[in-house]
Amino acid sequence: MSNNIQYGFHVDASKCTGCKTCQVSCKDRKDLPVGINWRRVYEYGGGQWTENGDGTVSQNVFAYYMSIGCNHCSEPVCVKACPTGAMHKRREDGLVHVAADLCIGCESCARACPYDAPQIDKDRKVMTKCDGCYERLAEGKQPSCVESCPMRAIDFGPMDELKAKYPGAISPDVAPLPESSVTTPNLLITPNRHTRPSGATDGEVLNYSEV
Amino acid sequence: MERRSFLKMSAALSCAATVSGCNSSSKDVEVVPPTPPVAGENLNWSACLVNCGSNCPVQVFSTDGVITRVESEFTTTDKYGDHDVRACLRGRSLRKRVYAPDRLKYPMKRVGPRGSGQFERISWDEALDLVAEKLQGTIDQYGNESIHFTYNSGARYHFSGKQCLYRLMNLKGGYLNAYGDYSWSQIYEAAGQTYGSAGPGWQGSSVSEMQNSDLVLMVGYNPSEIRMSGSGEAYDFLMQKQKNKFKTILIDPRYTDSAVGKEDQWLAIRPGTDAALFEALAYEWITTNTVDQAFLDKYCVGYDEKTMPAGVGYEESYKAYILDNTTVGSSIPGVNAKTPEWAAAITGIEAHIIVELARELAAARAPFIQIAASLNRQAAGENNTRAGYMLPILLGQLGLPGTNCGGLCKGSFLHAPFMPTGSNPVKKAISFFTFTQAIEDGKNMTVLSDGVQGVDTDEEGDGKLGTDIKAIINYGGNALINQHSDVRKTEKLLQDESKCEFILVVDNWMTPSAKFADVLLPDVTWLESEDLIYQSYAAGDTATLVQMSSGVDPMFESRPIYEVCVDLAKRMGVEAEFTEGKSRKDWLDQFYAESKAATPGLPDKEVMLTQGIYRKYLPDGGYIVLEDFRNDPEANPLGTPSGKIEIYSSRLADKARTWKLKEGDVISALPKYVPTWEGYEDTETKKKYPLQLTGYHTKGRAHSSYHNVPWLREVVQDAVWMNPLDANKRGLKTGDKVHIFNDRGTIEVEVKVTPRIMVGVTALGQGAWFQPGGDVDKGGCLNVLTTQRTTPVTKGNPQHTNLVEIRKV
Repeated sequence: MSNNIQYGFHVDASKCTGCKTCQVSCKDRKDLPVGINWRRVYEYGGGQWTENGDGTVSQNVFAYYMSIGCNHCSEPVCVKACPTGAMHKRREDGLVHVAADLCIGCESCARACPYDAPQIDKDRKVMTKCDGCYERLAEGKQPSCVESCPMRAIDFGPMDELKAKYPGAISPDVAPLPESSVTTPNLLITPNRHTRPSGATDGEVLNYSEV
Repeated sequence: MERRSFLKMSAALSCAATVSGCNSSSKDVEVVPPTPPVAGENLNWSACLVNCGSNCPVQVFSTDGVITRVESEFTTTDKYGDHDVRACLRGRSLRKRVYAPDRLKYPMKRVGPRGSGQFERISWDEALDLVAEKLQGTIDQYGNESIHFTYNSGARYHFSGKQCLYRLMNLKGGYLNAYGDYSWSQIYEAAGQTYGSAGPGWQGSSVSEMQNSDLVLMVGYNPSEIRMSGSGEAYDFLMQKQKNKFKTILIDPRYTDSAVGKEDQWLAIRPGTDAALFEALAYEWITTNTVDQAFLDKYCVGYDEKTMPAGVGYEESYKAYILDNTTVGSSIPGVNAKTPEWAAAITGIEAHIIVELARELAAARAPFIQIAASLNRQAAGENNTRAGYMLPILLGQLGLPGTNCGGLCKGSFLHAPFMPTGSNPVKKAISFFTFTQAIEDGKNMTVLSDGVQGVDTDEEGDGKLGTDIKAIINYGGNALINQHSDVRKTEKLLQDESKCEFILVVDNWMTPSAKFADVLLPDVTWLESEDLIYQSYAAGDTATLVQMSSGVDPMFESRPIYEVCVDLAKRMGVEAEFTEGKSRKDWLDQFYAESKAATPGLPDKEVMLTQGIYRKYLPDGGYIVLEDFRNDPEANPLGTPSGKIEIYSSRLADKARTWKLKEGDVISALPKYVPTWEGYEDTETKKKYPLQLTGYHTKGRAHSSYHNVPWLREVVQDAVWMNPLDANKRGLKTGDKVHIFNDRGTIEVEVKVTPRIMVGVTALGQGAWFQPGGDVDKGGCLNVLTTQRTTPVTKGNPQHTNLVEIRKV
């Protein structure tokens, strides 16, 4: 791989049905325990219900899913927050990795990351996170989440290629994600027709227990 | 809060962050070595043989006999039509299911009271001797008809599965038959009475036919939660929808994952009231002259005076019923006309929206209408479903490109044979759903009261079953306790050893049903098995054959049921008949040869062992249900007595006259909306239990299969869905532990407050494992709350019809 390649994800929110196969196949690859989810599928929705008094109801309900792993940000705040240098951004592919032998398990990176990507392994007292399936990439394969998605809603590759492949995709300034200006994530979104902007107040995350 | 996160903190939740301090103690740091490249890894193909309707293949990687991971990508193009058959989250968690702590390891016999879960290990010889002795003893003492297989669908093998046990018992004189099943019992009946056979009910037009439609109406249809695999209906639907842009209207009490932006309109409806909506649509079409009169005249019986059976007048026609008038030619509605305003108050859908829906459906060039199985699992399930079939019938929109008769979509098909079962010498049969009644008092179950079949009848057409169930065989099934209704009632019944005297359970895990075994035999799992399997019954438009093999040995003392049955046959004196002199390999070779004869393109088995899967997108092309009948009804009559579509069913009219029904049950010649016990209009019961509760298929299980996989329990919360208006009345917020209860029992679950469900309605994913803790089920098994009362015609399961109350624990 040459220098300066930046890998990232594309998520098609118009296709995602929230099945969470990406979440489970990721766990299978690394045998992650319950409590650690390198990829998470957020359910965002809202809407109001009105009882009309004649036995009928009115509503304007909406919902959509957002599958999120690590966005291997161009300005990774986790790397900046790490006191030991364990959290680092790889020059060859732009993936953000944890050097486990340097990690002291202080969780500074987890506190800094607005996407909840770094997740502590409490038993081993080291930070863990999505590593972009670097060893699968070396074999010419796609990450497990991409390979497993029944709806083909996730893609992965060099960002310039993804931008060319998905001309309708946008920066991930969508709820429930933060504004992309915080970390410059390497994530493109094809929006769902219900997609709300970052910071929207007419919806909420409906599935905290699952992420 | 387990993890700090911006996402979580940004939400308006009243929880404080609990961030642990920086841990700088270096001795606590464990160095994780880099993962070395995997060497000596085996790849075997296996499959997920669960009852979701789609048998997905999986690639199983193992090292030194230990499964290490599961994958499912195996093409280079993955272009739609030549795409991977990707397992869903369940298939991807298979490793955890094989290595679950509750795997059954050895044969065991019960030592405590039945249902206590107290067993002791015995040898295979002792177990087989005991089973052979008990089955032979039951036959000798009570007759073959006292032995029953409870419904089972947890292991859909072709070779070494339940067929082996049926074969064994058929060679030994047979067993009490069951008809129907928990999924589609009332659909079979509705389609049979309307279209002349069960087929159009569960084998409607293929999903691919949606590309020729301009309006897809999905009543309860929810492919993204029940058919999630990457070859299956969910993907087919998504591809057709995004490419062809047809309008999609979804009617469901839940805003399902098949919606979430893919639908154009969601109509929230109260469970059990769909038939009222359908009747209002019929009213609109009749009063605006938008029914297809020519179609009704030519193809149907019972619409108006022109098509009534001999001796039956206009006043009993469908048109008269909808308009509530009795005069031929009159279009003046009576006071009980099925108007949109009438239906609005029942269904919850505003009248102007019903009128608009009627207009859109009538104006559609080719409406594709599907009535899902959820409507059939209700107290008036047969009538609900028949009422739904009236939509395409009244519009004359079936048998044509882009249309559907209301049935569930038919999947594409490639053939792989099953172990032949032989024929059952016992002809008596009960509805699958009445096995508990047949344990309690089978002797007095009758044709006219309980739907008993195959017995001698008197001049009234009645007759008795005349026998109780005294022994049960349960293979890969959790309906013995968990998936049947009214768990607490079943529990007490099965605990009584004087009633059902022997229960054999063969399974992989200590399920709630397995706890009720007298003898418990450990089967191998799918990933330890060899078999050639097909795509199952609803895998969408891609048909498959998968050659399963294993790189790991059977765990502990588990054995394939084929081998177990050979040993039982030996003990019961029918070994030669059972094996036909064939070895295990002979059977598998024979099956492979039969498959190859049916599908000549199938490569040799040696190739398939490496290739794993053989598949074809639409091998027989797209399917339009009832196309032949539509093209030439004379040459292709339906299986109804008239050969036509029967809106008015003379057979049901007969049953309505002769059958002995419980108070409130309705059998009717015409499809009708029937207000039922524990339905929305049961105001008496609602004084105590004001909330409707329906089950649904959670993505985290297929029925009760996969419940014991913690990864799936984590990613798909088992919580009861509740509308914010209902939650506010009860002071509930998401995550609160609640009790859901009615007269039948109480379960404890978390509540999920979500706008994605109709006001007054609650919903819980069915299939969680019963886990009694005193009077409260802490497992959250929906069936603690469901009733064993049957539906009127098929004596099927009404498990979506429940009234409950919910309160904070």
